[in-house]
Amino acid sequence: MSELSPPTGGGADAPAPDPVQQMASQSPWRQAARRFGGDGKALLACALVVLIALMAIVGPTVSPFHYDTLDWQHLAAPPGLHSSHWLGTDRLGRDLFVRTLYGVRISLLIGLLATAVSVVIGLAWGSIAGYAGGRTDDLMMRFVDVLYALPYLFLVIIFATFFGRGNLVGLFLVIGAVGWLTTARIVRGQTLALKRREFIEAARATGVGTPGILWRHVIPNLVGPVALYATLTIPDMILFESFLSFLGLGVQEPLASLGSLINDGAHEMQSASWMLLAPALVLSVLLLCFNLIGDGLRDALDPSTSVAPRPAQVRRRPARPRVDPPASEP
Amino acid sequence: MPALVHTSDAPVLRLENLHVDFDTSRGRVAAVRGISLSVKPGECLGVVGESGAGKSQAFLAAMGLLAPNGTASGRATFGTTELIGRTPAELDRVRGLKVGMVFQDPMTSLTPHIHVGDQIAEPLVMHVGVTWREARLRALALLRRTRVTDPERRMKQYPHELSGGMRQRVMLAIALACEPTLLIADEPTTALDVTVQAQILALLADLKRERAMSMVLITHDLGVVAGLANEVAVMREGQIVEQGEAGAILKSPRHPYTRQLIEAMPRIDAPAAEIAPAADTAQAPPLSVSDLSVNFGVRKGLVSRAKLRAVDGVSFELRSGEALGIVGESGCGKSTLARAALRLIRATSGRVVWMGRSIERLSAHELRPMRRELQIVFQDPLASLEPRMTVAQILAEPLRIHQRKLTAAARDAEVLEMLRHVGLTPDLLERYPHELSGGQCQRVGIARAMVLKPRVLVCDEPVSALDVSVQKQVVDLLIALKRETGMSILFVSHNLAVVKQLCERVLVLYLGRVMELAPSAELFVRPLHPYTRELLSAVPVADPEVQPARFARSVAGEPPSPLDPPSGCVFRTRCPHAIERCRDQVPPLEQAGDHRQVACHRWREL
Repeated sequence: MSELSPPTGGGADAPAPDPVQQMASQSPWRQAARRFGGDGKALLACALVVLIALMAIVGPTVSPFHYDTLDWQHLAAPPGLHSSHWLGTDRLGRDLFVRTLYGVRISLLIGLLATAVSVVIGLAWGSIAGYAGGRTDDLMMRFVDVLYALPYLFLVIIFATFFGRGNLVGLFLVIGAVGWLTTARIVRGQTLALKRREFIEAARATGVGTPGILWRHVIPNLVGPVALYATLTIPDMILFESFLSFLGLGVQEPLASLGSLINDGAHEMQSASWMLLAPALVLSVLLLCFNLIGDGLRDALDPSTSVAPRPAQVRRRPARPRVDPPASEP
Repeated sequence: MPALVHTSDAPVLRLENLHVDFDTSRGRVAAVRGISLSVKPGECLGVVGESGAGKSQAFLAAMGLLAPNGTASGRATFGTTELIGRTPAELDRVRGLKVGMVFQDPMTSLTPHIHVGDQIAEPLVMHVGVTWREARLRALALLRRTRVTDPERRMKQYPHELSGGMRQRVMLAIALACEPTLLIADEPTTALDVTVQAQILALLADLKRERAMSMVLITHDLGVVAGLANEVAVMREGQIVEQGEAGAILKSPRHPYTRQLIEAMPRIDAPAAEIAPAADTAQAPPLSVSDLSVNFGVRKGLVSRAKLRAVDGVSFELRSGEALGIVGESGCGKSTLARAALRLIRATSGRVVWMGRSIERLSAHELRPMRRELQIVFQDPLASLEPRMTVAQILAEPLRIHQRKLTAAARDAEVLEMLRHVGLTPDLLERYPHELSGGQCQRVGIARAMVLKPRVLVCDEPVSALDVSVQKQVVDLLIALKRETGMSILFVSHNLAVVKQLCERVLVLYLGRVMELAPSAELFVRPLHPYTRELLSAVPVADPEVQPARFARSVAGEPPSPLDPPSGCVFRTRCPHAIERCRDQVPPLEQAGDHRQVACHRWREL
């Protein structure tokens, strides 16, 4: 462009001092992080999750008991600080504090890994189907529909027999394999919407190839909604694992997950309520925290749902004040 | 509430030292900073300003319709009633009943799931207390009054079944239902086509005369104000910079900002500023299209599919170094034509030739290296930029793809050079699109398209989302770039005045067919096709002496559905000169003079 001289039509567009212009540059990610940082509930939930996770990692190693040590002196002992079993013991005299923390380990691990599996498969499957469109899209999504139509318990039982009951890797795969279907659908829907956006068209007009468009333009714009969906999936996965363990299809004795502990506790509910309460309380707190984090993420990633309007932008045709016509007012 | 008694010229609405502030995450933003205005009975006040001037917010505040984080202070008096600080219940006795409001986007202002007739009847039931039966009868009369075609059928239709113009008429009917003393129209025609805009403005002028109603017309377009307003207030950054009698302000503006606004508005009735340099006809055209058609399948019921002919047998040649304008109303297929020419959409039939090479048999892969010669600039400047990339990354992307051998340093230098060239400063390089103004975004969009030095730049409504003064800067930039690089421009626009400034030739499209193709020097002086004439006369002119007369000439009707185009000449249903023959025979595109083509049976006689 060196042969060109600056055009005459140049100069500043907006004589108005725009408050946005004077701020340091912020990427959409930084903005989202800033909004998330301002959300007290979500931060508290994050702190709690981290605390519980740390306890689950450190707790069992410092405790004198093992998750499968039987203490014959204290069978079904109630909780209390006077004994060495803070949360009491179960019928076999195993320390419930250690077992609950072990349960958290396994539940969190399954929740995170199964979510990761479902996000990776779902993101790839959904974005390719959505961007390719046409027959490819039809075939890929019909495949998803067929899997959806199979009763998932049936799938789980098949996988469980295939991998052997209580195989943890098998459990991740099973839960992930069921979870990615919804992710794929969400991702495909988002991709379809993105595909029609003008900046994608601009990239095509520039001559960016399909992998380049997917990798540089589609997927980065999907990360927001997918991350949000993933945080809301983790509690689902934990719950699903608990459910499987409750049915006896998940983690096998003597290992424990929160679900199997709740199952054991439920049998003793009448005589020894602590066996149910401890794991149930931890599970509830974890689920609540993940949901709060998810809420915070949604608000941070999608500020359009919050009330503050953006400062004046020089745009006219789209977007108007959010007011109803006088007629529709009560 | 005390009865509203007007003495002869006590103002209907008076704003005194009105302030509007918004609490945002970045602190308090003042949108309106102490304005004072008054609307006299039976008169129209035009409030003019660019986006962000606070013109809408001032009147929303007066009506108690601010967003929850907005606060208003000062005084707004309607008749003898103070409006600021009232509860919604008290305001409801004024809103809708005494004051009607019409907003820019009639689609989002109407409730999607309620029959149009019931939406008009609702304020009557709410405010006047008539029965639904009675209210529906009055609604029908209102639809007739706002000149809605086929009003009986419309009563039972939903908003999405109506065209934009019809929806805006319905909004007007709702606003007028309770015979208000004041009508506030906020950009009522901005989202509409020029032809429909002319119809709505003529209707507003009629209503104002007939009902002796006061009116506030909020707009960015001085042409819209010219024919209607008695007084004009020009706003900028929340303040009124100039206020007075409409004729005086438009004819001899005193404030430099008003002058700048008027100068930025291209005049359709002004003589062409300069004769454009003759396009180079010797060289092979970089883009040519022959007999191009694009059909879309539209699902109709469960199995059957209807064929929508978006573009129907269009041929043109874009010569080297020329700017060709494609104009027409929305839905006429102009954007589809531009996209098909770039093969962003597959054409159904016809030939597209890029730099002498026919492209319809080439695969997407083979096409990619050729794409650098043909670039596109989009309408919505923000939506066309990747939100997660900085300006530097956006501008570097085309270079990364087409000039892989370029070193990072050379690439940066090139990006910087291009940025300067479109009139932006280097400190914007690390900004994200959402941190730029609309005009800056569009300059980045142009820079991205120009960074590969293409031979053809396709501009799809590049200025219609921008403010008038920014529009002028962007058009000037395009003119300058074209002169310096010798590239060709395919300029798609519904704004004839802008096309006139930029283009050497103009192609007029209607329902996917070419109506007229002519050099702009001739087209704007002596249009041959009746449709071209209608289009030209619909463009408002910011001159209170000329504009009222132009209302009288506005065209009736709206384009028919492209799913079911009329037989013969597609324009015949709206053409004032249609004869028997127009229904039976499709008029061929005939040569009319050396460089002109026109598709009309009667162009010779008219």
